[in-house]
Amino acid sequence: MAVSTTMSTMVSTAGSRVLALGRAELTLLGRSKTALYMGLLMPAVMVYAMHSVVAGVDLDKAGMSVAAVSVTGGFGFVLVLAVYQNLVTAYVARREELVLKRLRTGEASDVEILAGTAIPAVLVALAQCVLLVVAGVVWLKLGAVHRPELLLAGLVFGVVLCVTLAAATAAWAKSVEGAQFVTTPLFLISMAGSGLVVPLEAMPDGVAQICRLLPLTPAMQLMRGGWLGGVDAVDALRDVLTALVWVALGVFAVRRWFRWEPRR
Amino acid sequence: MDIGDSVIEVSELRRRYGPEGDKGFEAVRGVSFTVARGELFALLGTNGAGKTSTVELLEGLARPSGGRVRVLGHDPFEERSAVRPRVGVMLQEGGFPSDLTVTETVRMWAGCTTGARPVGEALGLVGLVGRGDVRIKQLSGGERRRLDLALALLGRPEVLFLDEPTTGLDPEARHTTWELVRRLREEGTTVLLTTHYLEEAEALADRLAIMREGRIVTSGAPGEVIGAYPARIRFAMPVGWFVGDLPPLAELGVVRHEETEGRIELQTRELQRTLTGLLVWAREKDIELEGLDARTASLEEAFLAIAGAGTGAGAAVGAGAGRGE
Repeated sequence: MAVSTTMSTMVSTAGSRVLALGRAELTLLGRSKTALYMGLLMPAVMVYAMHSVVAGVDLDKAGMSVAAVSVTGGFGFVLVLAVYQNLVTAYVARREELVLKRLRTGEASDVEILAGTAIPAVLVALAQCVLLVVAGVVWLKLGAVHRPELLLAGLVFGVVLCVTLAAATAAWAKSVEGAQFVTTPLFLISMAGSGLVVPLEAMPDGVAQICRLLPLTPAMQLMRGGWLGGVDAVDALRDVLTALVWVALGVFAVRRWFRWEPRR
Repeated sequence: MDIGDSVIEVSELRRRYGPEGDKGFEAVRGVSFTVARGELFALLGTNGAGKTSTVELLEGLARPSGGRVRVLGHDPFEERSAVRPRVGVMLQEGGFPSDLTVTETVRMWAGCTTGARPVGEALGLVGLVGRGDVRIKQLSGGERRRLDLALALLGRPEVLFLDEPTTGLDPEARHTTWELVRRLREEGTTVLLTTHYLEEAEALADRLAIMREGRIVTSGAPGEVIGAYPARIRFAMPVGWFVGDLPPLAELGVVRHEETEGRIELQTRELQRTLTGLLVWAREKDIELEGLDARTASLEEAFLAIAGAGTGAGAAVGAGAGRGE
């Protein structure tokens, strides 16, 4: 066989590269029991487990039902578990296997490599959020989504932020086992303060003001408010701005600290 | 396309790991060379000599701490998107997701490569046909190296960087790889190769450079590099005969001689003349030179003489080895 045969004219584009990487990563997700468990099962388990906790919270001030808080809180669990935790593990695993270094010798840019790797996690998150909405509307009778554009904006911000923070966090883990450890702080902070369990509306005002500044709070508020209503333009704008600041901080952290190969 | 122009230009290249001063380590210390289009250039050196550190700068994986690199006229780090579609890279230690199959890996890489060869053709080049459905983690070390090479060749690159391409291959696979590299070179591919197999460099390289402690200490065509070193004749004198009994060594063309435990080594730049003189003398005296061995210098001898020079430096080389060369 001749080493060079007829030239094919297929030019790789950013789109083809991200898709090729995403497809490979999706195959890998399908073959990883841990990732499937974390991404598919854990959010549902957490929503169910937190349901009884939410039932104990005084929701009169918030004016929300237990079911409404639990299901919208589920968005947060999806973001933190299916996107953030899963992706930190994926980035660390690919880095330690020298996959990222190898990919960087090819035509894909750094952003394309990170984005391609994130595709399956993002798809899983989108699917689960759709499931939450369908379950909430059809099964739990939570009522139609008030402002779909806000829900969608919150989802987009949440996904972008979780992907960015995952890449930033990956720098601090030396191994896949370590990835679980370094993701715990954001998981706990978000669960306690970003409204995954207790909505900000049910918190004392002073506490809620502080919690509004946490990374995942803006996305949560936009998604919950977008569905249940009660968000005015000022709130929405403030949430969007806070989310943008967090994304910018995350991008800075990734550019500053992300490592493409294992530390020797 | 210009034929014979420099495809790779490196001048005063430096790479430092860690901070300035004693805490850091400068792995590449002012390296300069050029590689012409269609040429196969080999970088040799002991572990820690700075080969991989140098090649990674040419591949655009890191920014040099000093000096200049041009590949196909571009800065491979700053102008990555201009260079990458035209080069193929095989890292010393590349990685692929261990749970993907061979075919899935090639397909992933093809999606990231302009003008990619079909999967079957790529696997055929490196003799991995029939291994397409095998997971990466089940491949042998040699098979992984060959898959890595297939991916480096996937986009029919003009310039190929091969960092120790045959490490871990069995002798047969190594020769197959050499044939492939030769064929690529005949078709005009420019190749930069690092290796610690000297026979590999001798067999493949048009020109080579030997690195030590981050510097190039010798470079040239293999023949030139070897030619700088004398040929050797070794033998043992029969009992009762001594070096002093030999004809005057200078007249035989001997430049240096040594005697260790009864064995004599003569070094000469005129092997045939020295050897003839020695054998004629032995016949006249009717004596047998036991264990007679005469050979021209090999790249190995040149390499050992160069790389091993100054054993005090050996410790520093060893210390640097752990930092990715």
